[in-house]
Amino acid sequence: MDAQENHVTPDIIAGHGLTSEEYDKILEILGRAPNLTELGVFSVMWSEHCSYKSSKKWLKTLPTDGPRVICGPGENAGVVDIGDGLAAIFKMESHNHPSFIEPYQGAATGVGGILRDVFTMGARPVANMNALRFGDPRHPRTRHLVAGVVAGIGGYGNCVGVPTVGGETNFHTRYDGNILVNAMTVGIAEADGIFYSAATGTGNPVVYVGSKTGRDGIHGATMASAEFNEDSEEKRPTVQVGDPFTEKLLIEACLELMATGAIVAIQDMGAAGLTSSSFEMASKGGVGVELDLDQVPAREDGMTAYEFLLSESQERMLMVLKPGSEERARAIMEKWELDFAVVGHLTDTGRMVVRHHGEIAADLPIDPLALASPEYDRPWVPAPKQPILAADEVPEIAPPDALKTLMGCPDLASRRWIWEQYDHLIMGDTVQRPGGDAAVVRIQGANGAVTGKALAITTDVTPRYCLADPEEGAKQAVAEAWRNLTAVGATPLAVTDNMNFGNPEKPDIMGQFVGCVNGIRRACEALDFPVVSGNVSLYNETAGTAILPTPAIGAVGLLDRYDGSAGIAVRDEGLSLVLIGGTSGHLGQSLYLRELLNREEGAPPPVDLAAERRNGDLVRRLIAEGKVAACHDLSDGGLLVAAAEMALAGNTGVSIGVPDGVAAHAWLFGEDQARYLIAAGDAEAVLSAAESAGVTAAEIGNSGGDAVTVDGAPVALDDLRRIHESWLPGYMAGS
Amino acid sequence: MRTAVIVFPGSNRERDMRLALGGSFGEDPVMVWHRDTDLPKADLIVLPGGFSYGDYLRAGAMAANSPILREVKARADAGVHVLGVCNGFQILTETGLLPGALMRNADLRFVCRDVHLKVERADTAFTGGFRAGDVLRCPVAHHDGNYFADAGTLDALEGEGRVAVRYCDETGAPTEAANPNGSQRNIAGIYNERLNVLGMMPHPEDAVHPLLGGLGGKPLFDGMAAGVGDAA
Repeated sequence: MDAQENHVTPDIIAGHGLTSEEYDKILEILGRAPNLTELGVFSVMWSEHCSYKSSKKWLKTLPTDGPRVICGPGENAGVVDIGDGLAAIFKMESHNHPSFIEPYQGAATGVGGILRDVFTMGARPVANMNALRFGDPRHPRTRHLVAGVVAGIGGYGNCVGVPTVGGETNFHTRYDGNILVNAMTVGIAEADGIFYSAATGTGNPVVYVGSKTGRDGIHGATMASAEFNEDSEEKRPTVQVGDPFTEKLLIEACLELMATGAIVAIQDMGAAGLTSSSFEMASKGGVGVELDLDQVPAREDGMTAYEFLLSESQERMLMVLKPGSEERARAIMEKWELDFAVVGHLTDTGRMVVRHHGEIAADLPIDPLALASPEYDRPWVPAPKQPILAADEVPEIAPPDALKTLMGCPDLASRRWIWEQYDHLIMGDTVQRPGGDAAVVRIQGANGAVTGKALAITTDVTPRYCLADPEEGAKQAVAEAWRNLTAVGATPLAVTDNMNFGNPEKPDIMGQFVGCVNGIRRACEALDFPVVSGNVSLYNETAGTAILPTPAIGAVGLLDRYDGSAGIAVRDEGLSLVLIGGTSGHLGQSLYLRELLNREEGAPPPVDLAAERRNGDLVRRLIAEGKVAACHDLSDGGLLVAAAEMALAGNTGVSIGVPDGVAAHAWLFGEDQARYLIAAGDAEAVLSAAESAGVTAAEIGNSGGDAVTVDGAPVALDDLRRIHESWLPGYMAGS
Repeated sequence: MRTAVIVFPGSNRERDMRLALGGSFGEDPVMVWHRDTDLPKADLIVLPGGFSYGDYLRAGAMAANSPILREVKARADAGVHVLGVCNGFQILTETGLLPGALMRNADLRFVCRDVHLKVERADTAFTGGFRAGDVLRCPVAHHDGNYFADAGTLDALEGEGRVAVRYCDETGAPTEAANPNGSQRNIAGIYNERLNVLGMMPHPEDAVHPLLGGLGGKPLFDGMAAGVGDAA
C-alpha cells in the first residue's frame, strides 16, 4: 500500500459517512489513525445498514421468544419449530435503494441475498414472498420500475427454482423517488441440523466458496444508509449484479457439504461482503482471524485490499471448516463448479489481520469494532393524533358504482400480471396460489419427502394507516398478517419485520419509527406472535421527501393438514355468507375515502387485539372442523370488496343485504378490523359457535347467480372481472 | 419398469418429476448427474425442467452438447423412450432429436399459469392414459416456450401425426387467447418420427395431485407406465 493510500483526510472521512465523533472513537479504539482500508471497514461496519445504530435501542423491546422459537434475531434468519423434527427458517429483507437505481438487478439481488440468509442456516428454501411499494402510477418512472422489479424478482427466483408464492404491491406518490422492494424467503431444515455463524476453534481453516470477487457493490451498505438526491443515478455502479444460476449451484453445494458434518460455522457475504461476514463470525465466536487476500478468487486483476474487503459481489459464502475436511469440501464445490479457496484461519488474538501481497493491509481489533458500534438515542416526537371521521362526514356513493371504482383502482386491482411472471408452482407443493389471503405450501421433509403438513405465509402492512397513527398502524400490520394466516386455517407462528422509514435524524421520522415499534410490540405480545428476524431500512428519502412509514410484516403459520386449508373462492350456490366480527363503519383512511373522494384523512381503524384473538381463534376452529366453504380476511376496501373478491375467485355470485339502521357506505366500505367473511353451508352452526365464543357474527347474505348484488342492485361478475383484471396489464402496456 | 431423470447444473424441476414418476411407476427414478458417463438401463429417460448451465447461451444449448446427451441420443436412436419437459424440450430441439426451436415468449415475459392442452392422439407409448381429443389442464412456467418451425416442418409434423399436444381453451378449441407464448399453430408438444421421443413445454408433473394443481397430468404418467416398456 503506498503512502497516499494510507492518508486519510477529513473529506475522505465524511465521504465514508462517518461523523467526527465516530472518527474520534476509531482513533480511541486503534490508538492510531486508520489507513484507508481500515477506515473503509469501519465505515461499513458502522453504517446504519450493518450496525442498526439508530434502531437497536428500540428493536430490543420487541418480543422474540416463544415455545416454538429455536433462534430469534441476531443470526442470518429466524428459526421456529414446526414439529416432526423440522424447523421453518425465514426472514424478510429490503433492497430499496439498489432497486430504485437499477430495478432489475436491485430486485434480483434482493431475492438472492435473502435466499442466502436462509440456506446459510441449513434450510432448503421452499417459498419466496415480497412486499413492493411503488410511486404514483402517473409518475413517469413508475411503469419502468414496476416492469424492472417484477422481471428481476422473477428472473432470479424462477431460475433458482424456488416458487414465489405471493406478496403485496401498493402505489403511493410518497414512493415516487424511493420505491420499496422487500423480499422474504422461507426454508425448511431439520431441527437438529441448523447452522450458525459463530466461528470457533483456533487454527480452523476459513474458506471462501461461490463466485469470484469483483469490484461491484462497493459501499452498497453505505449507500443504503444515506438519503437520495438527483445525483443518485451516479450510484448505479454500486448496485450488485446477480447470477441465479450460481446461486442454485451454491444452494445444492452448501446443503451437500452441510450433510457431511464438515462445517463449523457459515455466513453468507451480504452487505459489506467479506468484511461484515468475517467480523461477525469472529465476534460471535470470540476468536481472531487471519485472512490472506491473495487467496481470494478474484474476477479481475489489480484489485486493492480496500476493494476486496468492501466488494458486495453476489453468491459468495464464508465458512469455517473442521480441520482436515478441506479436500472433501473442495471436491463438493468442484462437483458444482464453484470456486473454493482456503483464505485464512482462526486465531486466539481477538484481532482481524488482513494480508495482501505479503504485507499487512489491515489490523483491527474485532470486538471493539463489531460490538462497540455506535448506538444512538435519536430525539423523536410522537406523530400528532388524527380525529376520528364520522360516517356522516363522508358522502354516500351508490354501492355498485363505488365497488366498480374500487375493484379497478391501483391498490385493489388484480396482481395477476405480476404473479404470472413468477414461477409460483415449482417444487410441486403450492396448495394455495397467489391471490388469496396467504400462500399455503406443503412441507417437504428430509430429502424432499412429502409430509402431511403445510406452511402458510403472508406479508402485510397498510402504510397510510401507519402515517396517520404509527402505533395503531403497526398494530394493524401485525394483526392483518395474523388474520391472513388464520383465514387459510393456519396457526400463526412468528413474524419477521422489515422496517422501512425515512431519515431517523429527523425527530418526526424517528417518532414514526418509535410508534411503529411500539405497535408491533403490543400486537405481537397480545397475539403470542414473536419477532424472530428482521431488517431495518432507513434514509428512504429523496430530496427531503420521506416515504410513508412502512413496517412490512412477514409471517408464517402452520397447518397440521395441508388438505385442511380454506381459500377465498366461493364456488357453490346456496351458501350463507356470515360476517365475523363487529362493524362500526370506520371510514377514516379507507380506500373508499381516498379512491372515490380523493381524501386521505382521519384516524385509521382502531385495532382491538383481544377481539382479534377471540375472532381469529373461532375462525381457525371452524375451518378445522370443516364448517367453512370459503373465508376471507376483511381489509382494504372493506366488506363489499372482500365479497366481490370471493365471488370472482370462485366465479359464483353473491348477494348481500345492508342491515337496517346503519349507514350503507360505512357498513359496506368501512375498514374495521378483526373481521372475516365466511361462506358456509350451515350458517346456524357458525352462528351458534360464534355465540358461545362471545364473538359478534351475523348472516348477511348468500351465494348464487352471476353478480355481486347489494340490496337488489347487481354488478355483473363479468363486468367486475374485466375491471379488476384489466387495470394493471393496461397500465403496463401504456394504455 | 425403470426410469431415469438426467440432472444438469441448473435443473430445478427434477424433484417434481421424481414425485410424479414415482407415483405412477411405483418406483422412484434413478437420478443421473450430468457428469456420470454410464447411463443406467431405463425404459424411460426424462430431461426435466430448469435452467441447465444457466441457459446463458440459448435455453438448452449447453446441455445439448454435454457428454450425457450423446448417450441419451444413442438410446433414443435405439428406440428407448425419452421425455423432455420445458428445458428438456428445449434441449431436445437443440440436439436435433426434435425439429424446430423454442423462442422467447411473444410478449417477452416469463409466464406461469394453468393452460388447457388438447391431446392429439392416444395411440402412442406416452398417451395411452388419454382418449384422442381429451383436454387436460396443467401449468406452464417458461420464458422461452414460443415454438417455431418453418411451414414445411409444421405441415410435416401435422401430416405425420407428430403434434402431441396443442394449447386450447377448455372446450378444446386452439384459440389465440389460449396460446400463452405465441407458439406456431398452438403447438405445445411434439414427437419425433418414431414416436419414441416427446418434448413439451407444459408441466404435467405439476398436475398429479387433486389439491396441488389438479390431476390433469396424471394420465400421462399412468399411460407412460403402461406404455413405454413395449419398445426397445
